[in-house]
Amino acid sequence: MLVLFWVTLRALPRIFRYRRNLAEQLFEIGNASLFMACVLSLFIGGVLSLQAGPLLAQRGLGSMLGGLVGASLAKELGPVMMSILIAGRIGSAMAAELGSMRVYQEIDALRTLNIDPVEYLVLPRVVAISLALPCLLVFSLLIGSAGGAFVAALNPEVAVSATAFFNSLKATLEPRDIIHGLIKTFLFAITVGVVCCNQGLDTMGGPRGIGRSVTKAVVNSIVFILVLDYVITRMLLPFTKASMAGGF
Amino acid sequence: MTFAKIAESGVAVRVHQLRKSFGSQIVLDGVDLEIQPGEIFVLMGPSGSGKSVLLRHLIGLETADSGEIHLNGTRIEDEGIRDRFRLAMVFQSGGLLNSLTVGENVGLYLSEHRLKPAAEIERIVQEKLALVHLGPKDSLKYPSELSGGMKKRVAIARALVMEPQVVLYDEPTSELDPLVAVTVGREIVRANAMTHATTLVVTHDRDLAFGIANRIAFLSEGRIVAVGTPEVIRASQDPLIRRFLSADFTRD
Repeated sequence: MLVLFWVTLRALPRIFRYRRNLAEQLFEIGNASLFMACVLSLFIGGVLSLQAGPLLAQRGLGSMLGGLVGASLAKELGPVMMSILIAGRIGSAMAAELGSMRVYQEIDALRTLNIDPVEYLVLPRVVAISLALPCLLVFSLLIGSAGGAFVAALNPEVAVSATAFFNSLKATLEPRDIIHGLIKTFLFAITVGVVCCNQGLDTMGGPRGIGRSVTKAVVNSIVFILVLDYVITRMLLPFTKASMAGGF
Repeated sequence: MTFAKIAESGVAVRVHQLRKSFGSQIVLDGVDLEIQPGEIFVLMGPSGSGKSVLLRHLIGLETADSGEIHLNGTRIEDEGIRDRFRLAMVFQSGGLLNSLTVGENVGLYLSEHRLKPAAEIERIVQEKLALVHLGPKDSLKYPSELSGGMKKRVAIARALVMEPQVVLYDEPTSELDPLVAVTVGREIVRANAMTHATTLVVTHDRDLAFGIANRIAFLSEGRIVAVGTPEVIRASQDPLIRRFLSADFTRD
């Protein structure tokens, strides 16, 4: 997997040659995930508001709900949930597509045409997912915050108006929090892309092998996302402590 | 390069003591072969005898445990071999990229290596498709819309686009009915006559082997049992070859 990552990285300067494949992959990812990402974010924001709102309100901190929901979405839940969604929806499709290409000799055919399968197939996929996932995080943040504000306003136990919710969010959420989330998402995206492509290229056997590859790709991606989440959070913690002190 | 130029460029293939094992299973057990430039050489043998594995070594998809393959005296592992010799392969399944149209598949080598402008690629694609009796309408179809025989013909057209000096065919008539198999066999002979590329066909289809071959090698359990003209192989008294050639379905 590390070898594939290194080979893909080395091929990066030639991505312009594969702009058509890249555009196709970007469309595929956006088309397949945007709606699901919005639905997921809406409910994550809503649930956060539903759970944390009454607790904060009981302590007279209801006005801080917007900041809590925004920071949670930007730094933790957004990156992790969007990455898991993409691993399940896009990563599985990548592993299945490359796996079937391997099984049905399409990858061998590329090699006989002197076309490097990593440059032709893996590079556009990894670059596309790395560009698309941070964009999805921005959508997730917007929609999730709207979901949180909606629930906060309607829930009588919280009774925080949308204006108060967004004022708290604006006061608490700093650009570096969003950058924190974007860095995480970008690294998760590379991980999902490389893990799933590697699994696809390693597929052996017939349709059963493809099924096994897809399962492994998704499970391994999720494990890597969660492990990396801890490591990256730990590394970025000194840079976000100031904002935490200011907000929470 | 024109076909006339290619006619001078079929290359000699020499395989010397090639050995390959997958785990404890010996697949190629010291294979020796000499294939003359421009001839149609058929590698025949029962399933699992190592024919396709040998082909994959020739195209560079497998690495031998030991032994050598030479193209016009140059080792196939040598750097720059791919720049000096063009090898094309027609896969058993066709190996067409399902996400591309027929035309894009056929022109893939030229477009990815940026060897010609788009209009020229389009012209070459149509020319090669016409050689295998496919029309401009077919070039817009996707592989999933094609029959097995058409897929094989598209794969042949894609191989011809490379203007190859060696063309390798892996079981070109498998999964085809006898009529389509005959058509594909004719396409192989026609392509060889036009390009004079050294042609190696792996098959267990006896009719195809005897119908198209200049010479035949019989491979069994990773070893070459006999090499010769179709007449020589047909007359062979080797029990393995006799059993393979005389196998027929009879009711008890």
